[in-house]
This record gives sequence, C-alpha cells and structure tokens, in this order.
Amino acid sequence: MLSIIDYDAGNTFNVIKAFKYLGIEVQLTDNPEKIMKSSGLILPGVGAFGPAMETLEKKNLIGVIKEAVLVNKIPLLGICLGMQMLFEKSSEYGNHKGLGLIPGKISAIPEKSGLKVPQMGWNENHLKKDETDFEFIANEYTYFVHSYYAVCDKQYLISTVDYGVEIPAMVQNKNVFGTQFHPEKSGKVGLNILKTFSEKVVKQ
Amino acid sequence: MLAKRIIPCLDVDNGRVKKGINFVNLVDVGDPATIAAEYEKQGADELVFLDITATNQERRTMKEVVERVSSQVFMPLTVGGGIKSVEDMQELLRAGADKISLNSAAVATPELITAGAKKFGNQCIVVAIDVKRNVEKDYYEVYTHGGKTATGIDALGWAQKVVRLGAGELLVTSMDKDGTKSGFDIELYQKLSALVDVPIIASGGAGISTDFTDVFQESTVDGALAASVFHYGEITIPDLKKILKNQGVNVR
Repeated sequence: MLSIIDYDAGNTFNVIKAFKYLGIEVQLTDNPEKIMKSSGLILPGVGAFGPAMETLEKKNLIGVIKEAVLVNKIPLLGICLGMQMLFEKSSEYGNHKGLGLIPGKISAIPEKSGLKVPQMGWNENHLKKDETDFEFIANEYTYFVHSYYAVCDKQYLISTVDYGVEIPAMVQNKNVFGTQFHPEKSGKVGLNILKTFSEKVVKQ
Repeated sequence: MLAKRIIPCLDVDNGRVKKGINFVNLVDVGDPATIAAEYEKQGADELVFLDITATNQERRTMKEVVERVSSQVFMPLTVGGGIKSVEDMQELLRAGADKISLNSAAVATPELITAGAKKFGNQCIVVAIDVKRNVEKDYYEVYTHGGKTATGIDALGWAQKVVRLGAGELLVTSMDKDGTKSGFDIELYQKLSALVDVPIIASGGAGISTDFTDVFQESTVDGALAASVFHYGEITIPDLKKILKNQGVNVR
C-alpha cells in the first residue's frame, strides 16, 4: 500500500483526499515498519524547511525514509516542501540539511523586478526529460506556492517552469520523485501525476 | 510564466450557495460542491467562498462545505467571511481551504493578520479590502461589514499596512464599480500595484470579456474575480480565456 508520511504537514489531508478521489488506497503513518513495507511513499509538505526537517528528526523518520528509498528501493514522491526536503541542503532561514536523496540545494527565488515572491499561481511546465511516465506534463499548467526553489543538475529534471529563473517543477533521481507544485491542487493534470506515480512508478 | 487567474466568487449562506446559478446545464443548484466542480470543468483557476451566514451556529457548516468541496475539486480554495481567530483559520485550512480571506476582522484586529501569517505563512493570508472613492475628501476609503460601514481609513495606506503585517495577497473590490458592469477600476489597481509587491486580485465591475483584458493589460493585477457574470453564464470561462489568449494575456 502507498503510505503518506505523517509528520503534521499542512497539505496532508488534501493529498489524502486526492488519492481517495482517485480510488487509490493510502495510509497515513509514521510507523517505521509500515513505511518499510509500503509499495510507495508520499512526503507532503508546506511551510519552512528547518522546522519540517526537525519534525522528521524528532519522529526518527529520517533514517527510516532513507533506508526505505535507498535499501528497499521503494519509490517516493515528495510534494512542494516535501520535494525540497529531498535535496541535500537549504538556505531558508539559516542552513539546514535535507534528506540528500537528490543532489542539489534549495535557494531563495531571486528577486527580479516585476516578479512577486512567493510564486503563487499556475505556471506552464516545460518537459526536460525524453523518456518519462510523466511526459503528459508537457505544456500543462500546475499550481505553485513557494519562495524557495531547487538548484540541481539538469539530469534530475523532468520539467521546469519559467519564473525569471528556470524553476525545477518536477524532479527525479532514480526511484525518488518530487514536485515543486501541488498535484493535489493542480486539477486533472495534478491528479494524473498522483495516479501515474501510484500505477506506473509503484510496483503493483 | 505565471498565468493570470480567473476567479469566480460564491456567496455561501448556511451551507448553500445563495445566489441563483445558471450554468448551461445546471440551473439554480445551491450545492457548493456541485457548483465548484462545474467551475473546475470550465477552467476556473481558483474559487473564493464567502460565508455570508449571520449566526455562529450556522457558521460551523462552512467547515463542512470546505471539506466537501475539497474532496471533489482540486484547485486552490480561498475562504472568507466571519473569520475572527487563528483557531477559525486553522479549522478551515484543516478542512481543505488553501487561503483565508480577512476583511472586517482585519480592520478590527490587525494583529490577526500577523498571527495568521506567522502560523500558516503569508501565502495563506489574503486581506480583502472593500474600497469606495470618497469624493468629498478625495481619497479611497476602506469599508467593512459587507460595504455597510465607512471606516475613514485610506485604502492605499491600509494596503501597505496589511502587507507589512503579513498579508500575502490582496483581494480589492471597488464598490464604485461593483454591480455596474462597467469594467474594473483600473486606476485603483495601478495605484495599488505601485505600492505593494504581493499579488492583487481585482474585483468589482466585470460586465463583458474585454473588461478582463483591459484590467490585465493596463495594470499588473494577478487575477480578476467576478460573481454574477459567471453565475448567470453571461461570460463563460472557456470563452473568456480564449479571448484573453488572443489578446496576448497569459492564461491557463
């Protein structure tokens, strides 16, 4: 079964609703055993990087998530802040270590004239990977709310959006996936991301 | 780049959408979830639910409305009306709202903006400002309580203040334009955009599709909100977006 990692992330319930709507069974859990036995993992997230990593640490989930992904090869999808936490570090309000499952770091969106931070709204995805189950994201708009973004090598990009800088929208490193946007708030395309992750990426 | 947002606004009274809604295939249904789903199908970018319920008892049903809508409709939802505390905000956010809109409560208790922004992030806190030009004293005046109470507060200064306090977005209704169907108050939005750097949603005055084109081309607002023109099908969102696209406005 798919597990949504329970660490009080703000968007957890909306993510659960989206899976329910799709008829995909999910469990909300912080139980290491259940996490290790999952077919796939979802790491939601809203808010600031530091406190979220602290919560994961307090719940002793960092090692569990890493082992599940690296040793048991369980596919994981990080959403918004959950995606940012997959990277090595972040400079949001001080320096914080991330899960380190995708090489790269999280930096502030550069302030340029005319661009408001946070980026809040629907932006158009540019496909950056030739062969991917998520090819359908090309030229589709998805919903973003964020002030920080991932800086990483282009080999990890599935799609990007333009917001003064090229912002990684969907990323992948082997069995680790992440979306900067909120699939649970991105209409049909967003639901399709969740569906594709659970049906094609996750082994049934 | 970021698309300009088209936002239908729904008045909810005791759990039902109050004004009659007249979609092509959907006549006068009062169920918020059904109407929200129809707007999602049409391509709305966001929905604003305004709770116009009079009593606290009935207000509890708003939570259920948000819960139900967010189980079926997967787009950003802003909820406003009668929110008076961080606990109220939390309840609605837990139920599935993405943003909380404060209007009269922000004027009465400006600290509420900061408290909400600190707890949930600036992006969660929308301050709705109802503005009417005070001709006698020559300034834009803030009104509260559904446009019934003049406050004597200068709207431009108030906008800057609420952003400093933590508002992540402004929903600005021109009462001079509201209901006139004569177009958005572009001058007001130009003035506001020069003063604040958070997203601004224009509201009040939409009558025909080109009103939207005008406000997007002549000001830097991020979204435009309307109620009756969408509810009664005078403007349909797919048509509107086609027109906007043809005019070079970036829409989804």
